[in-house]
Amino acid sequence: MNKQITLAMGNGGEENNELISKIFYKAFKNDILEKSEDAAVIHGGELAFSTDSFTVSPLFFPGGDIGKLAICGTCNDLAMMGAKPKYLTCSVIIEEGFSTRELEKIVRSMKKELENNDAYVVSGDTKVVPRGNVDKIFINTTGIGEIQKKGISSNAITKDDVILLSRDIGCHGATIFTQREGIELSSDLKSDCASLTHQVQALIKAGVNITAMRDATRGGISAVLNEWAKQSNISIEVEEDSIPISKEVYGICEILGFEAMDLANEGTFLLAIKKEDEQKALKVLHTFDNSSNAIKIAQVSDSYIGKVILLSSHGTKRFLDTPTGELLPRIC
Amino acid sequence: MSELKLKNLYDGFRNPEVIKGFAKLIAKEAKKLPNPINIMEVCGGHTHSIMKYGLPQLLPDNINFIHGPGCPVCIMPKERIDHAYILAQLEDTILVTLGDMIKVPGSKGSLQDARAKGADVRFIYSPLDSLQIAKENPEKKIIFFAIGFETTTPMTTALIDIVLKNKIKNIFFHINHVTVPEVMVELIDSRDEHVDSYNNRIDAFLGPSHVSVITGSKIYEEFPTKYKRPVVVAGFEPVDVMEAILMIVKQFNEKRCELEIQYKRLVTHDGNLKAQALIENYFEKTSLFKWRGLGNVPHSGYKLRPQFSDIDAQKLYADILPREEIEDHKLCICGDILRGMAKPNECTIFATACKPQTPLGSCMVSSEGACSAYYKYGNLLK
Repeated sequence: MNKQITLAMGNGGEENNELISKIFYKAFKNDILEKSEDAAVIHGGELAFSTDSFTVSPLFFPGGDIGKLAICGTCNDLAMMGAKPKYLTCSVIIEEGFSTRELEKIVRSMKKELENNDAYVVSGDTKVVPRGNVDKIFINTTGIGEIQKKGISSNAITKDDVILLSRDIGCHGATIFTQREGIELSSDLKSDCASLTHQVQALIKAGVNITAMRDATRGGISAVLNEWAKQSNISIEVEEDSIPISKEVYGICEILGFEAMDLANEGTFLLAIKKEDEQKALKVLHTFDNSSNAIKIAQVSDSYIGKVILLSSHGTKRFLDTPTGELLPRIC
Repeated sequence: MSELKLKNLYDGFRNPEVIKGFAKLIAKEAKKLPNPINIMEVCGGHTHSIMKYGLPQLLPDNINFIHGPGCPVCIMPKERIDHAYILAQLEDTILVTLGDMIKVPGSKGSLQDARAKGADVRFIYSPLDSLQIAKENPEKKIIFFAIGFETTTPMTTALIDIVLKNKIKNIFFHINHVTVPEVMVELIDSRDEHVDSYNNRIDAFLGPSHVSVITGSKIYEEFPTKYKRPVVVAGFEPVDVMEAILMIVKQFNEKRCELEIQYKRLVTHDGNLKAQALIENYFEKTSLFKWRGLGNVPHSGYKLRPQFSDIDAQKLYADILPREEIEDHKLCICGDILRGMAKPNECTIFATACKPQTPLGSCMVSSEGACSAYYKYGNLLK
């Protein structure tokens, strides 16, 4: 591994996995951690437990802000394990000189999103550090949720499952990239940042037989599909043309040479469910604005174990790999 | 007139039925070929289109692609990457370059490593973004590390033009621009005795459309005549590439050897004369430019004209920029790949010791590199 930590090691892709496994897993090794789920399942399968730290530039972006992100991120990790978020902690590191008004604005969005999840911040911490020691504000949230459906696991997907995608991909990644780099576009593009608790609760209530769920954050759906293929020892065959991509995201990818499937999302998830429940699940998802274009994108096979295969509509196939490196635009 | 939608710009050129239609036509024509043909797609962008869309899976066995050296980052010898690394570490200096350069390892490390060690390295989309960086950092020296073929060269000269006309004092240039036709000649008719003979494996060339948008198709005129190799200037969408292949196969079947333009949407014979004038104004050809894997290729690179020495970082920092040549990793066959002698999967360290996250050669790093294309898309290919 590199002697210095590089930005690529935080990309949600290969380098990030290496950093986690070689340094953190090595030190903290235990059965729960090694399951590599979105949230740890503890207390005899009753509770889900997860933590996430948030740093984003800009702090306020179309579709959300760091506060909304900090609540959605942790609540979604809990929801992905079939849990209903209950209690959160909130820890904030603020740079000297940061605007109090902006802080209030961030906290108001956190409050709103907590209400949406019917969850509470029950413990917290604040630190203020000298100018330059952090970039404006870093937020950590940790959450506990009550598991409503047991046995959801990224290690349990089989050929009896199909893979559904909840909505069009790449909106968060494309929004942040264009905002951060000051690329001026006149478009309706906004982050998909949203809580997924209600969708998940509705799926459970409808009795959908969910095998696994994962929100496609850093590394996009490419990363999730590859993690699933490896963790469940399966091959995932994706119909490339079935993946919904908005024209805005498609356009940005075209200009900069990105793959929409590698871009981050903050309110988009993949589901592995039993084949016979496909229609039932889609029907539930379609009742929500945030998943009104949910669709089946892939099936499971054993053709190339541990790999994701992309099938094109002109009859060719290729591997879809875990994203690597920093997100960098092409030269020409 | 109906509104032009983004979708219109690519939809037809990725239409699965059209792609399949071309595949059928090519298969039919290819049956008539007396011998298999090797087509070199010169540009790494084409290599990526070919691999991303899995085009070899749609082609008969007697049509073979040879991947060319058209990846500006891949062909950069290590000593030039070291220049960027050294310049980035100077005090009060911001090294500015295009995204792909960030990851390529020189002998000391990559610019990404330099940045992790505290150097100020920034990547930009357009060279003109350097102006803003220079304005915001008046006390710092901005060194623009310019790379790319004819496609990106005019953007560098446009920046130079603004810097000189507006008397901006804190932007400097390290020029590494290279040109396509000279290296194509090198590939079929090497003048360097140190480079192995290429056995005339290349039967035809696919020329990159974006280069010819600038230069015109005229830069390839001598290939069908002097070197007896057809050239088709093609776009980057799968339909473009398939049509261009059909055009090449037809040339062979009809015993023609010509320069043709597939990408008629924007390519003309003469190209963008204004851009060409800008290049001519600020740059002159180097007598030799060293390419990774190809060695010194005559007249294949650009440098600033002598009257612009005071913005030429290569001259200003000559005393700290090493000139010794640096060997590539012994097991890396990037050189052979760039010469069209080998394919990435023939390399013993491909996808084992050499991966995008731990590259031993630049072809694995660059988004236009052949090894990166094979790693990303390639393993299912025939």
